[in-house]
Amino acid sequence: MSFISLLWVLLLGSLLGLELIGKVPPTLHTPLMSGANAISGITMLAALTLIVKAEGNVPLLIIGSVSLGFALFNVVGGFFVTDRMLAMFSRKPSNKK
Amino acid sequence: MNLPVIIKFVIDLLAVLLLALGIKGLSKVKSARDANRLAAFAMSLSVVGLLSYYLGTSGIAIQSWIWIIIGSILGSLFGAILAKKVPMTSMPETVALFNGCGGMSSLLVALGVAIFPISGGQENFDFFKSLINEVSISVSIFVGAITFTGSIVAMAKLQGWLSTPGWTQSKVRHFVNIVFAVASLIAFFDLINGNTSSIWLLVIVSSLLGIGVTLPIGGADMPVVISLLNSYSGIAAAAAGFVVDSQLLIVAGAMVGAAGLILTQVMCKGMNRSLVSVLFGGSLSAQSTASSGSGEYTNITSCSVEECALTLEAANKVIIVPGYGLAVAQAQHTLREVTKKLEQNGIEVVYAIHPVAGRMPGHMNVLLAEADVPYEQLKEMDVVNPDFPATDVVLVLGANDVVNPQAKNDSSSPLYGMPVLDVQEARTVFVIKRGMSAGYSGIKNDLFDLPNTSMVFGDAKKVLNDLIGELKDLGVGEK
Repeated sequence: MSFISLLWVLLLGSLLGLELIGKVPPTLHTPLMSGANAISGITMLAALTLIVKAEGNVPLLIIGSVSLGFALFNVVGGFFVTDRMLAMFSRKPSNKK
Repeated sequence: MNLPVIIKFVIDLLAVLLLALGIKGLSKVKSARDANRLAAFAMSLSVVGLLSYYLGTSGIAIQSWIWIIIGSILGSLFGAILAKKVPMTSMPETVALFNGCGGMSSLLVALGVAIFPISGGQENFDFFKSLINEVSISVSIFVGAITFTGSIVAMAKLQGWLSTPGWTQSKVRHFVNIVFAVASLIAFFDLINGNTSSIWLLVIVSSLLGIGVTLPIGGADMPVVISLLNSYSGIAAAAAGFVVDSQLLIVAGAMVGAAGLILTQVMCKGMNRSLVSVLFGGSLSAQSTASSGSGEYTNITSCSVEECALTLEAANKVIIVPGYGLAVAQAQHTLREVTKKLEQNGIEVVYAIHPVAGRMPGHMNVLLAEADVPYEQLKEMDVVNPDFPATDVVLVLGANDVVNPQAKNDSSSPLYGMPVLDVQEARTVFVIKRGMSAGYSGIKNDLFDLPNTSMVFGDAKKVLNDLIGELKDLGVGEK
């Protein structure tokens, strides 16, 4: 990919992000933040690339592995915690009245 | 184009589409849970896509597999355990911690590439290409470091591990932060000039900048900061995407960055704060001590739990105003028992939720949902405000600034203009509170001085438990 087309990707991605969130009820601010936060852990792909391309360079493998750990901590924890929050909204209150 | 490239291209495209649908769905109550799962699925899909691409082209060495497995297992395990164990009340600091780790990951990737240039990347040296490479490495490190240290400071402050040091409220902090910013700029240019060792300077000063910027911000503004840092971690991911040449990373990072920015803006509006004043204004309490925060209370009425129970029993309509104090006391379940009793007696009970009740927008809804409060009983501020004049009793539980009439009446107040709940319009207001301490903003609450307000002093959970006892004695809810 040339640098210019990567810039296009950046621009269009940002515009998409701006458009996606129009009106959010305050109820969902915390879950939305936490869900978006989990997605930002997509750097795990960069960490994976680093490990695969390390070619036996041990310090680089370690850096990549630590980075992968941090990213997955972000991703897995983020999605689980968001699900926990959202589960409470969807739970139908059966004991009403 | 060979097969692995095509497969990866299709998977990446699909992942981007699903991620976008996920973020979109997360902004609606109905679809939110499925959307979250969809996003999680898209993320795992993208990993499969990347791994299958390398398997199909260069192959993955055994040694690489070992480090991949170690990193993934440890990271996922700790993440899952923390996500399952953490109490709902400390959700904001948990999000901050996760976020910081995402920033750390981007930083490490860039650092790794900078110290050990990936083989195969530099075979035909091109000045323009290496410039872009160095710029994206620097941005990734700079933003990643700020995200990491900023998030950790935010978490520590919310947990109460860190207080706001006095010097950070003086003008000195701007000077200090400017020094850090200039130093990181110098390190950046030095790096482009080919001096690789200055990368360490960049790491150190941008970490310090993250601390210096976050430390002065008061607890009340922390949610906005966390949301902003969340946006930063997206930007860091996009920068890392430039480092390793991945469109998927750039798109996803840019989406999160832009969406986070919008969310930050929405939050600021709900709290009547501008982003600029949050970031550079320092803590709200520090500004207010000089202005109208200094008044003494003159007309406090305090009453017993028994009186409160008697008034509640005679009421037709009761509005509950929950705040963070309720969450800290873990009293949402006890509160639910009180309201159940009232409902059994035919009393209408509604919960008035201020947009920033709790410590983060939407936080209180989560906590009350945990205590089985029916969703229909949670009313947002704009819906419930016209109801207060027709309300017999308002119970304020651990909320303070969001029920301060100063925000409407006193143009000199730092709270002026903030949307508040008009509880003073109700016939009787009970404020359950530990003592006379001020709220997050550190500002005197005029509500407490009003003749129709009575204070019930005590820990929210204990008061509510006593209230259950008193209501039982009165025969409320026993039919």
